Amino acid sequence: MNTVFAKIFVIFWKDMLTELRTKEVVVSVLVFALLVVVIFNFAFGTRAGTVEMAAPGILWVALTFGGVLGFNRIFAVEKENLRLEGLMLCPVDRAVIYWGKLVGSFTFILAVAVVITPIFLVLFNLPLFLPRLALVIVLAIIGFSAVGTLFSAVAINTRARDIMLPILFLPVAVPVIIAAVKATALVLAGSSWGDMATWLQIMIAFDVIYLVVATLVFEFVVEE
Amino acid sequence: MNEETMAPPCAIEVRGLARAFGEHRALRGIDLKVSRGEHLVIFGPNGAGKTTLVKILSTLVKPSAGSVWLDGIDISDKPAQIRRRIGLVSHQTFLYDDLTVYENLKFYGRMFDVPDLEAKIREVASWVQLESRLHDRAGTLSHGLQQRVSIARAVLHNPSILFLDEPEVGLDPHASSMVKDALVSINSGGRTVVMTTHNLERGLELGDRIIILDRGKVVYQAARHEVDTVNFRRIYDQYTGTGR
Repeated sequence: MNTVFAKIFVIFWKDMLTELRTKEVVVSVLVFALLVVVIFNFAFGTRAGTVEMAAPGILWVALTFGGVLGFNRIFAVEKENLRLEGLMLCPVDRAVIYWGKLVGSFTFILAVAVVITPIFLVLFNLPLFLPRLALVIVLAIIGFSAVGTLFSAVAINTRARDIMLPILFLPVAVPVIIAAVKATALVLAGSSWGDMATWLQIMIAFDVIYLVVATLVFEFVVEE
Repeated sequence: MNEETMAPPCAIEVRGLARAFGEHRALRGIDLKVSRGEHLVIFGPNGAGKTTLVKILSTLVKPSAGSVWLDGIDISDKPAQIRRRIGLVSHQTFLYDDLTVYENLKFYGRMFDVPDLEAKIREVASWVQLESRLHDRAGTLSHGLQQRVSIARAVLHNPSILFLDEPEVGLDPHASSMVKDALVSINSGGRTVVMTTHNLERGLELGDRIIILDRGKVVYQAARHEVDTVNFRRIYDQYTGTGR
């Protein structure tokens, strides 16, 4: 088991090192998400009623569509130079490759969320200290990273990769995104944990489903 | 009795191997035996099935029919165990351009649990004469140098079987010669080598046994000493129909 975690970490380490040098994923996602938040801020302003209604959707549009940009690169880097074949020649289960890439995807999108969320809260005149929002963000990013990483591997073998990924990803990730929007709205409205419980449970359930299914089917996605 | 004393005589045994991609039959019933330490060179025109054969032998592609044993192990039963015993050098290097040569080797070494990795990296780098370039980013190296790094990557975990799939594609004669030198230097350990190439002269230089593959079938095979070197081009053309 330790060996499995070690291999997942090695793949993650390689992706982190590459990202630190190229900044391809984080910068593109960050710029996109920032633009979305700023544009919507200009469109809706900071009026109390409007913010409560629109803000949760704005945050998740920024992170979800920004995430799609990032997922496009997650396996594209392995397609170049046939590096995926190099990975597949390693003596590890295909699921280890999936989890290594997944941990990278999750970290990159979470890093963007860590930067974007405070900017979003400031721009929409919302309180900065919202620990429950952090939980919602983590749960949602786990779910859509699980789906995004899998479909990134599917999309690299298609011709219209950039178009194919959102078409595959968004319909499947939509339960987690809806739950994240609803839970975020409740956090911003100052509701209790009890009010949020249903949406948190939905996110946890879908996270588990996505992770299990993606782990099982990944082998069939990457095998010719 | 340990594994070495029980080692089967054949490093590679292939029976009735076939692979189809849709309607296209890339391999049509290949039977092959490669002895331990033997260097087999596979010639063939484009589309003959050379790369498909190497990909199946290296567990990257599953066959449609037939069986393959490497070191006596059925590759469909224990692919992860097989991968520890094989190395693959392709015309693509599998290297990450934004990592240094050292980081690339370290990454693959850790994936293969190579013991004493630092020393091993220095050792394989010296085999391919790249000690001075270890801390250069792989993307800054010429294709020839990258291919030498790729050879170092493939032997880092000391595989007993090495597959070389047209390793000289895209290299100029000098780089190709350097790659050949690197291949010679890594083979002191008596590895079994299977190499595909279009370069008849280079193939004859490196092989103990020659086969010609055409349209998914073995159409000619001979021990190297039985091959008429001077007339090999004519033999190749005759068997593959490329001279017509």
